[in-house]
Amino acid sequence: MATYSDPPAESFRLSQLISDTRYRSYTFQFVALIALFALVGYLLSNLAQNLAEAGLNISYAFLREPAGYDINQSLIDYNSQSTHLRAAVVGVLNTLLVAVLGCAMATVIGVVVGVLRLSPNWLIRKLMAVYVEIFRNVPVLIWILIIMAIFTAVLPQPRDFRGDNAEASMLWDMFAFTGRGFYSPKPLFGPGSAVVVAVFFASIAGIFAYRRYVKKKLFDEGKLLPMFWPSVGLLFIPAIVAFFVMGRPITMEYPELGGFNFRGGIFARNSLISLWFALSIYTAAFIAENVRAGILAISRGQTEAAASLGLRPNRIMSLVILPQALRVVIPPVISQYLNLTKNSSLAIAVGYMDLTGTLGGITLNQTGRAIECVLLLMLFYLTISLAISTIMNAYNNAMKLKER
Amino acid sequence: MSDTHAQSVAFVRDTMLPEQAPPVSEAGVVKWMRENLFPGPVNALLTILAIYFVYKIVAGALPWFWNGVWTTSSLAECREVLNGATGGCFSVLTERWNQLLFGFKYPSEQYWRPLSAFILLVVAVAPVLFFSLPRKMLIFTGLYPFLAYWLIWGGTILAPLFGLIGLVVAFMVFRRVEGRGFATAALAGLVTAVVVWWLGGLLAAALPGALALDPVPSRDMGGFMLNMILGTVCVSLSLPIGILLALGRQSHMPIIKWICVVFIEFIRGVPLITLLFVANVVLSYFFPPETNLDLIIRVIIMITAFASAYIAEVIRGGLAALPRGQYEAADSLGLDYAQSMRLIILPQALKISIPGIVNVAVGLFKDTTLVSVISMFDLVGMIRGPILASTEWNGVYWELWGFAVVTFFVVCYGISQYSQWLERQLQRDHH
Repeated sequence: MATYSDPPAESFRLSQLISDTRYRSYTFQFVALIALFALVGYLLSNLAQNLAEAGLNISYAFLREPAGYDINQSLIDYNSQSTHLRAAVVGVLNTLLVAVLGCAMATVIGVVVGVLRLSPNWLIRKLMAVYVEIFRNVPVLIWILIIMAIFTAVLPQPRDFRGDNAEASMLWDMFAFTGRGFYSPKPLFGPGSAVVVAVFFASIAGIFAYRRYVKKKLFDEGKLLPMFWPSVGLLFIPAIVAFFVMGRPITMEYPELGGFNFRGGIFARNSLISLWFALSIYTAAFIAENVRAGILAISRGQTEAAASLGLRPNRIMSLVILPQALRVVIPPVISQYLNLTKNSSLAIAVGYMDLTGTLGGITLNQTGRAIECVLLLMLFYLTISLAISTIMNAYNNAMKLKER
Repeated sequence: MSDTHAQSVAFVRDTMLPEQAPPVSEAGVVKWMRENLFPGPVNALLTILAIYFVYKIVAGALPWFWNGVWTTSSLAECREVLNGATGGCFSVLTERWNQLLFGFKYPSEQYWRPLSAFILLVVAVAPVLFFSLPRKMLIFTGLYPFLAYWLIWGGTILAPLFGLIGLVVAFMVFRRVEGRGFATAALAGLVTAVVVWWLGGLLAAALPGALALDPVPSRDMGGFMLNMILGTVCVSLSLPIGILLALGRQSHMPIIKWICVVFIEFIRGVPLITLLFVANVVLSYFFPPETNLDLIIRVIIMITAFASAYIAEVIRGGLAALPRGQYEAADSLGLDYAQSMRLIILPQALKISIPGIVNVAVGLFKDTTLVSVISMFDLVGMIRGPILASTEWNGVYWELWGFAVVTFFVVCYGISQYSQWLERQLQRDHH
């Protein structure tokens, strides 16, 4: 016969809210929530009071009013009669432009430097280490300002290109590097050029199809077809043939000296160029360290094991080392991209009109709508970084080592 | 045996040959150069290019340093002295030295105050950085923030003194009540501190002249001093806040966890410059109308919030890296949450996080230059604004920016070297 000793009937006492670990967390959370509400309420009531005293209100109507200022570098049509909203869109596009350009260049420089830091060449190794340490340990704002100063002070002015005995000359008569910015030829797409472009994209798709075919052939039948030269041929020949068949529809517009300045071609203002350069070489120093760490993280045993399986060096790199190193390298590199995008807001220091310069700069100063502008500004950057971190999480999950 | 061979083999060596020196190409400098500079044709080309590059830089920079002019009072004079030769006008540094360090408004007869605050900073930080120094020096470290405030901002000593007294009394109350639980004790300590500060504030307002230095308003701070103030203040404030945020994010209480997550992710998602815009134009809307916070204090608030979010993420990494057994061991010893964190978890987690924390600190120190964008005159702001815009020194880019680069490089590189040294010191396991 079993005897039950019931636990003493529990009556809930108020003191348990503090002393009993089962309930205490509710108390803490409740207190935290109340404190948060109190703080937010306090801040908002201050805000309301301050706005009322200053005779202001929160309104986004100013976005539809004409901006009244010019933007000297814009990817879409814009003039001073456009709305503040359009100015903000121009800013967004400029931010994205410099971010994309910067990420691309930073990756190239970073990977090269990261690999060179492991080179057997002592001098190159040390030079790269000096580069990385100097750029990592000095604020990016200083680099942006220095490169801007170099561009404006050292490069020739457009007037120096003038005359028979010009002090400066254009590179291949196509590119001009001046203190105001860089000029390069601009492709003009005549009628029929759509066919050429379409053929070009089709041949890119064709390259991927061919690569799949080669891989399938290798895996199914063990035949190794040539890969590199057919790809190159596929990339260029159809497009060039189409170009001549359609009667050369794409022409180049070269920048030409007219008056006090160059005319025609693509003009990139030196604020864009210096911001782009500075952000790239600054971020590249960080990416180089990530790349180096990623390669060092793969143990020598992997190389040796692959070699003992009879793989050739370039196959060891592409099939064994790189897939493992990329797993280590890509997450920090993506967060460097994020940093670069956020650092691009320093454009305001050199007068490049990104979102911080338009919405957070001139629009804010003209309309006095500080709260609205700063809020929109933060929202934009927040969206970008949340989007990038979502991508990164998805990537991490996909690349996670599948263990047990 | 050897007898038989004596007939069949013409020659048998019975002594060792003397060791020969290795071939010239396999020894000493030549070998090193062959392996490290010219291992192959591509590398040989790279080496030659690199040597040419280094030569170009040295050849350009040496005469510039060598012919440097240190004593003129304007760029025109300097150019006259140089007379067409290559040379740096370093006289901009000597002539504007005080402006570069202290900004252009700090009263010049008071320069000794920030200077002594800086020297005392070294004394105060030394025992934190180097464990072999006598532990009693930490007392001075505790006193230092209040002393530095008094030295730099001036005013009566009563204000920082009561700040200190408030903290000390609060700590004593905390120790007294600690037996009743950590939360109760912390609350009691907080209340005590607030009461003491309030009383001290009344007293300091009544006696503004007690042991007073000339007060210097915040907007007169500038130059590298401003970078140092922002850097040290914000890093030291953001450490405890970051620890709290990291613990909150690890917490099992969903509401507290989500408050911390939202705060951290929000701050990390926006650039510092937007937060500085907030400090500059928005933040004052959120305070009562009669408060008139200095720009520097608003900036400190925002930079501290920024840095604590990043430090919280670093410490969260450290907490996550600890094996679960440590948490379970602390629980099985019967320690409560506060005790287990303070005695078991945090000492280990913080040790793991040191490199990350130092990275954040270096990054933050570099980011203090961003305040120049909201028209505060830190080192970069001084160079861009009052110095490069002045008629005397318009156009002296290299010397000024070179100075800024060297200054920041020395500080940041020094900090990161220290952190690597500290990591080696703290290594407890054997590799």
